[in-house]
Amino acid sequence: MSIAAAAGSFELGIIYAIMALGVFISYRILNVPDLTVDGSFTLGASCSAILSVAGQPVLGLLAAVIAGAAAGMLTAVLNTKLKIQALLAGILTMLALYSVNLRVMGKANIALINTPTVFNTGIPSYAVSTGLLLVCAVFVYWFLNTKAGFALRAAGDNEIMARSAGIHTDSAKLLGLGIANGLTGLSGALIAQYQSFADFSMGVGMVIIALASVIIGEAVLVKRTLFVRLLAAVVGSVIYRFVIAIVLQLGLNPVDLKLISAVIVVLALSMPVIGKRFKRREKQGRGN
Amino acid sequence: MLVLKGVCKTFDKGGVNEKTALKDISAEIISGQFVTVIGSNGTGKSTLLNCIAGLYGVDAGSITLDGLELTRLPEYRRASVIGRVFQDPIIGTAPSMTVEENMALALHRGSRRGLSRGIAKGDAAFFAGKLKDLGLGLEERMKQPVSLLSGGQRQALALLMAALKRPKLLLLDEHTAALDPAIAKKVMDLTQALVREGNLTALMVTHNMKAALSCGRRTVMMDEGRIILDISGAEREKMTVDKLVALFEKRSGHILDDDKLRLSGG
Repeated sequence: MSIAAAAGSFELGIIYAIMALGVFISYRILNVPDLTVDGSFTLGASCSAILSVAGQPVLGLLAAVIAGAAAGMLTAVLNTKLKIQALLAGILTMLALYSVNLRVMGKANIALINTPTVFNTGIPSYAVSTGLLLVCAVFVYWFLNTKAGFALRAAGDNEIMARSAGIHTDSAKLLGLGIANGLTGLSGALIAQYQSFADFSMGVGMVIIALASVIIGEAVLVKRTLFVRLLAAVVGSVIYRFVIAIVLQLGLNPVDLKLISAVIVVLALSMPVIGKRFKRREKQGRGN
Repeated sequence: MLVLKGVCKTFDKGGVNEKTALKDISAEIISGQFVTVIGSNGTGKSTLLNCIAGLYGVDAGSITLDGLELTRLPEYRRASVIGRVFQDPIIGTAPSMTVEENMALALHRGSRRGLSRGIAKGDAAFFAGKLKDLGLGLEERMKQPVSLLSGGQRQALALLMAALKRPKLLLLDEHTAALDPAIAKKVMDLTQALVREGNLTALMVTHNMKAALSCGRRTVMMDEGRIILDISGAEREKMTVDKLVALFEKRSGHILDDDKLRLSGG
């Protein structure tokens, strides 16, 4: 892999890591399988694209965070107030966002050519992406160590206990999914500006990519303190991008990328089961 | 004072599995009283605790605690005045959070959980002191996730957490039933010590008739959703397990067919 390609993969990994942090909150901290991500990622990209075209790329990022958070909160309301299963609530929001995103962009895609973005201000683009990731990671770490963050973690860890300790678990979900999708929206917004392109279908499979990053990171960094777990999501996201770059270089057709992503996640998720079977067989073998 | 007035609860009303769990329960528990509740399986003991805690709404009747009307309050709001320990040690704590983080969750029971630090300066020393009193060495393991603790250690921690903020009412639902005899005794001793020190009002469901008579100052027996026996004072002091079984069979009109309840009494 050339240095330029490696640098590109690294930078993409850094930008997608912001989404991985969000998905870490919904899947790992709140224990909610939140499929809003595919929609909120594109929503962030859409907001970012139209505001960049209007000459306001920074405002675009801000709008992406707010819109993403709103989408996440909508899913939380569907789930907690209307008692729709979390999985279905996320799919519903995602579906609704499909139309919303087309409305926001006004067309299927927007190219950001000769448009100001946060990446062409003269500051090196890796500094912009790394800086923003750092801000997000510090925010998440700080938040999860506040009283409200503790409540959110308890709600995801043991809902019965959380309620019996006086935690309003519905509010915790609202806040958690809001933050998770706000981060996802920001990630989508940055990708749009980085690639100078936003497309209504760019969010498809994002939740799986983010989940893959989280799982890969956990496999690499096994220590279970909160700090290491956040770091793992970031590392996982970068590794994922390198894996994709390598398989593409090996001659894989980009059309098969989503298939590869799905296979990676299936392998990662089934590791504990396969590992156990393998061990059992090994034991039996020794017994004979 | 906890006041229950005509509390009724039926599950699956009108459905094929309709089950009346509580039939017109009325009782008063004065502040600082430790009451034990016994009865065989399915007599409504746990349902009663769950209705008081707010896990289930009641069909009729009212529940007030120190003048505060609890009947319509959601569970998380009631938690500001009620501490609970469950039978299953896994339910009482957040497993992936550390021992000190769990203690911090308990410390802020009933107060707003804002953006200040989850564990403030000085909290750790306070937690360490409380954990040391348990005598289980947990003060040395404050940074470890609770999932690494044994069932007994978790239950002791859950009990400490439930009592930490001196709740107006402590609900204990067979909280030693799932533990080994040795640790069960330790948790029971700890329960009595915490209730005594905090002068707590407590309601403890138990299967152990001996414990029901030796702990606390009053014993209530339930059968088919009703309170059929309520003894305290001298009457209770003279009570033995055998007499209690006899009294149960006389009052309920059927023999005590719960082996667990009988055996654990001997």
